[in-house]
Order: sequence, then structure tokens, then C-alpha cells
Amino acid sequence: MTAFILRRLAALLPMLLAVTLLVFALMSLAPGDFLTPVKAQRDINPALIAELQKSFGLDRPWYEQYALWLGNVLHLDFGYSWTYKVPVAQLIAQRAPATILLSLTSLLLAWTLAIPLAVLAAARPGGWIDRLTSAAAYFALAIPEFFLALLAVWMAARTGWFPIGGLTSLDHDFLSPSSKFFDIAYHLILPTLVLGLGGVAGTLRVLRANVLDVLQSEYVTAARAKGLSEKVVLFRHVLRNALNPLLSTIGYAFAGLLSGSLLVENVMNYPGLGRLVYEAFIREDQFVVLGSVVVGCSLLIVGNLLSDLALAWSDPRVRYGR
Amino acid sequence: MVADIFRSLLRRPAGLISAALLGLLYGMALFAPFLSPTTPSAQNLDRTYHPPTALVWQDGHLRVQLYQLVDPSTAAYQPLPDRSVPLRWFSEGPSYKLFGLIPANRHLFTVPDSHPIYLLGSDATGRDVFTRLLYGAGISLSIGLIGVFLTSLLGLTIGGLAGYLGGWPDSLAMRLTEFLMAVPGLYLLLALRAALSSRFPSDATFLLIVIILSALGWAGTARVVRGLVLSLRERPFILAANIIGQRPWTILFRHLLPNTFSYLIVAATLSVPGYILGEAALSFLGLGIQEPASSWGLMLGQAQDIKIFMLNFWWLLTPGAAIILTVIAFNLLGDALRDAVDPRFRLPGK
Repeated sequence: MTAFILRRLAALLPMLLAVTLLVFALMSLAPGDFLTPVKAQRDINPALIAELQKSFGLDRPWYEQYALWLGNVLHLDFGYSWTYKVPVAQLIAQRAPATILLSLTSLLLAWTLAIPLAVLAAARPGGWIDRLTSAAAYFALAIPEFFLALLAVWMAARTGWFPIGGLTSLDHDFLSPSSKFFDIAYHLILPTLVLGLGGVAGTLRVLRANVLDVLQSEYVTAARAKGLSEKVVLFRHVLRNALNPLLSTIGYAFAGLLSGSLLVENVMNYPGLGRLVYEAFIREDQFVVLGSVVVGCSLLIVGNLLSDLALAWSDPRVRYGR
Repeated sequence: MVADIFRSLLRRPAGLISAALLGLLYGMALFAPFLSPTTPSAQNLDRTYHPPTALVWQDGHLRVQLYQLVDPSTAAYQPLPDRSVPLRWFSEGPSYKLFGLIPANRHLFTVPDSHPIYLLGSDATGRDVFTRLLYGAGISLSIGLIGVFLTSLLGLTIGGLAGYLGGWPDSLAMRLTEFLMAVPGLYLLLALRAALSSRFPSDATFLLIVIILSALGWAGTARVVRGLVLSLRERPFILAANIIGQRPWTILFRHLLPNTFSYLIVAATLSVPGYILGEAALSFLGLGIQEPASSWGLMLGQAQDIKIFMLNFWWLLTPGAAIILTVIAFNLLGDALRDAVDPRFRLPGK
């Protein structure tokens, strides 16, 4: 198994190389650079600009810049944010946990809601639970995440039941550890609901189809013939097998969550990776963008790896082959 | 075959309803200049954040209620009692070009003496939300269709070639699709947008967005088409075509790809919402359609103001409802199409 994990992690490298190269090339194709706004100011000495350009490496062709950056990354130096004047690694270390937290809570919400609903819906196809959940899922899948986020902020502003944005209250630093926990949980409720709703609907639809599929198999008939109660048949025998295909898609679900959180974080003022990367793109703060993309893709691959491991654990037919 | 599918589609209630709804939406987008009482960029700074105007029925005429501004700081308007003006039907108004070609100046309805009519309220500069919604529909809805067309073409060609040729073209195409599917889409979208923006003049942003969305979207289609071609390749009729000595290209384009058509039409319909949502997301972030043009995502992006939340200008969120309606209609149509094309796709018990 260790060999399997190592092999998968090794596959990460060419992928990261390709992504960073692509992003680097694309960003250097974009007009202007981080210093463009500085250059536009009349009272700044051209010598200073030239010096800054040199220190940022902006006077060299982009492939040389890329090689330089890559060399630094090998020494675990992700560069320096030009906007925030702090090392990129530090910036990402501040922001990434918030995004990971939000993605995990959304995934948790999706699964805890979707699993029982999907099994109940598939147990009686065409019944009222089935029709209700299908209609709700249809609707939920059609709402753009950013619109839902907008509605959530609207609701929070109108009612005052929830904080309008952010991850912590102003007085967070002065709270006791348990109040800190509840403060963050309180701030997480709305973003989780917004980001998780699409996941609930998607998971529900896939799982319902899987359960219906598994219900056709002979061992289910055998289990029923043996006299097992319908609850045991559904939740112990059927669900276990219906979940397997879903486990292998967690990785892709994670990709969707990262994209979705970019929008949701921007609307809800949530201090995560998505907002960081968006603002860095706008300001052409190159190393922040690259660092965030590296972290985003790594998260994705680790997510895929975890979902493969979970699948191998849950389904004995799957081996750590190849 | 197309006629068969179409007939079978319209026999299903979901198919009929969604097709009718989409027909209505596209019709409204097409005739937007005629249906709207004004132009999308006509401002009225004395009438910012105007609430939707009420219509009253009086003396056998449909009349529009007049309002007065009572508090500029909170944009509070009050209806003037017994002050209303009748709507004028098929009257002359601002000139426009229908379908971008035919010059015209007739509008379905206007209000005399340049009294404002805001069926869905007005925005921060006093522009008519209803008009902007109609004009925006043209952009939001056509991006879906054009994007899906390009994607299907790309996916069909690349997937077909990969599946038919096998070997290194196949591996290359598949590694490329895996790469595209493994990177968080919006990150790539942002990078592409930043890189290409200088290559396009600002009024060609529409084209730029279509190209970006299609360049990222073909992977899924290509993978499935490749799978279909791989399995079709082993069928007797392809074997027969091989034996009678048909050229590989003829086999691919005449026999293999047409057989993926029914899958493709369903997949295309179901992926239109992805493009509509993609454009909306980009425009929402301020990276898509730019002012003075209008699109649903752009309008929602401009509704992100704490003032709008606090003072409950709900009409500025109507583009969101339009997006949801369109996406649901396309999903319904896609599902109905799938049932019409191939009943085997249907889930048991449904």
C-alpha cells in the first residue's frame, strides 16, 4: 500500500509542472504586470522602477522567470507576495485551512443529508419521498452557487440571524477556546449551506441511481428471502455497495468545491484560498497565484488519493494494482 | 430520425413544457429591442433604485402608476394617488436594429412624455432592469448554444480520432482530458481570461468567453465519444466496411460518428446550463461581459452592494431567477430527450 501511495504522489509532479507552466505562460501573456500601476504614477523615479523590475525578475523572458521560480520552489521557497509583502507560503498557510475547512464541512453536509434521503427515496421509487427529493434536487442543481451566496448574504443582512461574512467575529482573539470554536462554527453555517447544497443534490441523484441498481442484484433477493428486515437490507447490504462508485468521485467533487468556493468566498467575504487567488489574479501578483494553484491542485490530487484508499478499504474487490 | 426524436419528445409533458418555455425565452431574447420600452443603457439619475411600477386598469386602458421620490438617501418612492398615464401600444420609441439587421423604432409599449416605466424596477443609475434583463438574455442564452456547438464539434473530432486511431494519439488526447478535468475549472478560466484579454478588443469579449468556455469544456464529451467509438469499432457493420475496403476516414465520419449522434444531442442539451452558469460566474466576477452590454451574471454582480441588501431592492435579483428558470428548462429538456432517444437509459422505477 505504501508503494501505491508513493506512486500516486509521484504522479503529482508532472501534473503540477504542467499546471504551473501553463499558468505561468498564460499570466505572462497577459498585458502588463504587477508594476503597471506603479509605472503609471508620474512622480516615481524610473530608476526605482528598473530596480524593482530587476529584483522581481520581471526584466527577463518568462521561461527564465519560470525556471527561477521552479528552482526556488525546490528549496521550498514559494516566493514573495508583492501585494502583501509577506512570503507566499505564509500567506497560503493562513488561507488554505479556511478553504479546506469549508470544503470538508460542505462535503460532510452533502453526505449526511444525501445518504439517508437517497436510500429512502430509492426504497420506494415514485413514492412521496422520492418525488419530493427529486424535485428539490432538480431545483438545487439549477441555482448558481454565487446567486445562492447572494441570497444568503441578503437573508443575513435582512434578518441579522447570521453574520454577513468572514470566518471570525471582531473580538475572536479575546474569546475562550470553546467560544472560539462556536464563533467559527456560527460563521461557517451559511457558507457551508451555500456550497453544500449543490453537493447534496448531486450526491442524492447519483446515490439514488446506484441504490436502485444494487436493489436488482440477487444477493438482495437472497437477503430478503432469508427474512432480514428491510432496514437491514437497505442500510447494511445495499448502501455499502451503492456507496462504492460514489467514493471514487470524491476527488472530482473536491475539484467542484474548490471552484465553487472561489465564487462563494468572494461573495461571502470568506478569508480562504479562493478569494486570495482571485485578488492575486486581478493584481497580477504572480507568485501568489502560482502558489495557490499548486496548493489547489495538490489538494485535489490528495483528495483523489484519499478517495481511492477509501474505495479500496470499503470494496475488497479493489486492489492497489497498477 | 431527427423528426422521430422530436415527435417523441413533444409527446412527453416535461419535454413539451420545457421546449415551450425555452422557445418563449429565446423568442424574448430575439425580440428584446421590440419588447422593451427603452434601451439598456438609458440612465435616469433622478430615478435610481425605483421599485417596480404598478399597472392599473382604468377607463378601458392599461395605465402606469406615477411615483415621487420621498427620501433620496434611502431611495424611497411613493405612488402619487390618482396619477397615472396610459400605455401606448406599438408606438415609436428609441430606434434599434431588429436581429442586428432591420432598422426599426416600434416598441410593444412605451409611456408618453418620457414618464418612467420600470416593470422590474431600476438599478443604481436608473436603468430599466426589465430592459436589461431582455437584452442580457440574448447574451446569456446564445453563449450556451454557441459554446455547446463548439464543444460538441471539438469533442466529437478529438474523441472520434482518439478512439479510432488508438495508439499515441489516443494516449495524448486522454492525458490532455485528464489534465483538464483534474484542474479546478475556475482557476484555469481566470488564467485564460487574463492571458487572452489583450488579444481581443473589448467588444469581442463575448467571443472570448465562448472560446474559453469551449476550450475547457470538450474533455468530457471527448472521453465518452472515444468510449463509444471504441465499442462501435468492434461491431460487425464496421468490420464489413473494413472488408469491402472503405477508407478509414469514410468509416470514421460516415459510420462511426453518426452513431454517437444520439448520445451527443442529449449530452449537448444537458451541458448548455454549464455554459450559461460559466458565463454568469465570469461576468459576476467582473471578468466576463463588460458594460454597457448587459448579461445576467453582470447584473447580479452589480447587485452585490450592502445598500441593496439593507434596503431590500429585491428586483435587482431577478436575473438570478431567470438563470434558474433557464437551467431547469434545459435540464428537463435534456432528460426528456434522453428518454426519447433511448428508453434503455431510463432508470428502473421512474
